[in-house]
Amino acid sequence: MRAAALLVYSPEVRQEVADSILATEGVCKRFGALLASDNVTLDLHEGEIHALIGPNGAGKSTLIEQIAGAIKPDKGKIYFRGHNVTKLNTAERARLGLARTFQISALALEDSVLQNVILGGLGAQGRPYRFFKPVLASSALRETAEAALERVGLAQLARTRAGELSHGQKRQLEVAVALTLKPKAFLMDEPMAGLGSSGSARLTTFLSELRHEAPILLIEHDMDAVFALADRISVLVYGKVIATGSVDEVRILPEVRRAYLGDDAWDC
Amino acid sequence: MSREGWINIALILSLLAVPLWAQVADEPFLITLSTRVAIFALAGVGLNLALGLGGLVSLGHAAFFGIGGYAMGILASHAQSYAPILEVPLLIEGTKSMPVIWLTALLVSGLVALAIGALSLRTTGVYFIMITLAFGQMLYYFSISWPAYGGEDGLPIYTRNNFPGLNTLDPIQFFLISYVILCIALVFISLLTKSSFGLALNAARQSVRRVETVGISTYRVRLTAFVLSGMMTGLSGALFADLNRFVSPSMFSWQTSGEIMIFVILGGTARLFGPVAGAALFIVLEHLLGGISDYWLIFLGLLLLAVVLFARGGLIGLLAGSPSRSG
Repeated sequence: MRAAALLVYSPEVRQEVADSILATEGVCKRFGALLASDNVTLDLHEGEIHALIGPNGAGKSTLIEQIAGAIKPDKGKIYFRGHNVTKLNTAERARLGLARTFQISALALEDSVLQNVILGGLGAQGRPYRFFKPVLASSALRETAEAALERVGLAQLARTRAGELSHGQKRQLEVAVALTLKPKAFLMDEPMAGLGSSGSARLTTFLSELRHEAPILLIEHDMDAVFALADRISVLVYGKVIATGSVDEVRILPEVRRAYLGDDAWDC
Repeated sequence: MSREGWINIALILSLLAVPLWAQVADEPFLITLSTRVAIFALAGVGLNLALGLGGLVSLGHAAFFGIGGYAMGILASHAQSYAPILEVPLLIEGTKSMPVIWLTALLVSGLVALAIGALSLRTTGVYFIMITLAFGQMLYYFSISWPAYGGEDGLPIYTRNNFPGLNTLDPIQFFLISYVILCIALVFISLLTKSSFGLALNAARQSVRRVETVGISTYRVRLTAFVLSGMMTGLSGALFADLNRFVSPSMFSWQTSGEIMIFVILGGTARLFGPVAGAALFIVLEHLLGGISDYWLIFLGLLLLAVVLFARGGLIGLLAGSPSRSG
């Protein structure tokens, strides 16, 4: 492929912003002297996995936080399903169908695995204000939750306390909760971290299928997984997207190649 | 049934048995003590919803306790002086009817909880504690400086208010009223804990991000819990005022907030019957130790220290072990 086909910030990208399910446009975020997001424009198309790679401290997580609504950008806009969601908070974006999994698991650790997943279904229904009916008696919520657990392979552990799960199982649980939201897009922050090689391989297969349900914006340090999964890759360095393109296009970039020659700035 | 379930049944039955026995044995003072337990327990059940289930450490629940008290005091004092509360634009008269007083107490404490909660729930941790404390103290000083309803001296009500079909001046009948209300509150909380709302509130205490990420606003969930919590404590304030036939600014004081919190912690935070066990233990200690020494609060302090250091689950936790999970 021609290196010239790389999509760096350009007028064509602006056009694509309108067509894609999720897009950022010129997002800037500064923490004191640190420019964590420098005019970031990227998008996510239907049916794709778009991987975001870059060295530690490149601003990947900050960007995800802004897309999810936990941090407000200083400048720029975020579009989701045709809406400008820049001013919406996390819960409102989630209700539009933006599902997220965390780098450091955020789960109700005292609750059972099933309760954690049911909470997702509850959020998807939009009205948690029922005070009398036992939530576990709701067959609709239960079925959705059990189906989601089945898909990630945690069905046997439904009654286990979430805090007792292994690191990798917590990741699977996060994905299961995300599934119950019937999302229109996934944001996944290092879902492979802490998984063994077999777990990692299984999740890779799973995510590969999942992209046809809803596209995935993926942050991942496991380069084998990224190269196996991604339809497109964006490279973030010092808060700036230096390149966006297919696996083959990004692979040959000098910055990325350096990573495989053992440059410490990259971890993969 | 779980061990905790049996302990709960034993607790609620003994709270009924003691005054019934006292009635037969002609020990009216014991009936009054039991009534205090039931009313304090109700205040604690209210706080426990915010504190135990929601993780909201409110040091301002005296605000709602006092508002319940003054709702009763104001309505009843106008009824006994035959002076309407308001004539223009519409006539509002005082009342001696308990159900009307309770509804007023619930409504007003709910509205005040909505206002206090809406502001203080924007903060967390120590700031939340301080803001709720500040609101409580604001109402305390307001009640002291408002002469129309007794100011610092408080407001005596000469006869107990009425409940259709009952003689409320009979101690055992008034106990039964308080007891039934406590039971209704306990049933409500036990349903709420297992409901959708309970799941969301409980999860919000453990991980705000988790709850926000599934599209549920933790602010609204917590505000709802705070309002319900304030309403229950407000209702207990109305009953407490009726028990004493007296309302005073001390109901608003931060010591009252602290005592309600002590009921919850002594009995077991986030345990359904924690406030019942805690209030009972508190009253028993107050009665036994208070008879020995005026400095009984020192012993209470030591006990509280022991509970916080060695028995986080409080009395219920000590007797029943770790909480059982449903699901």
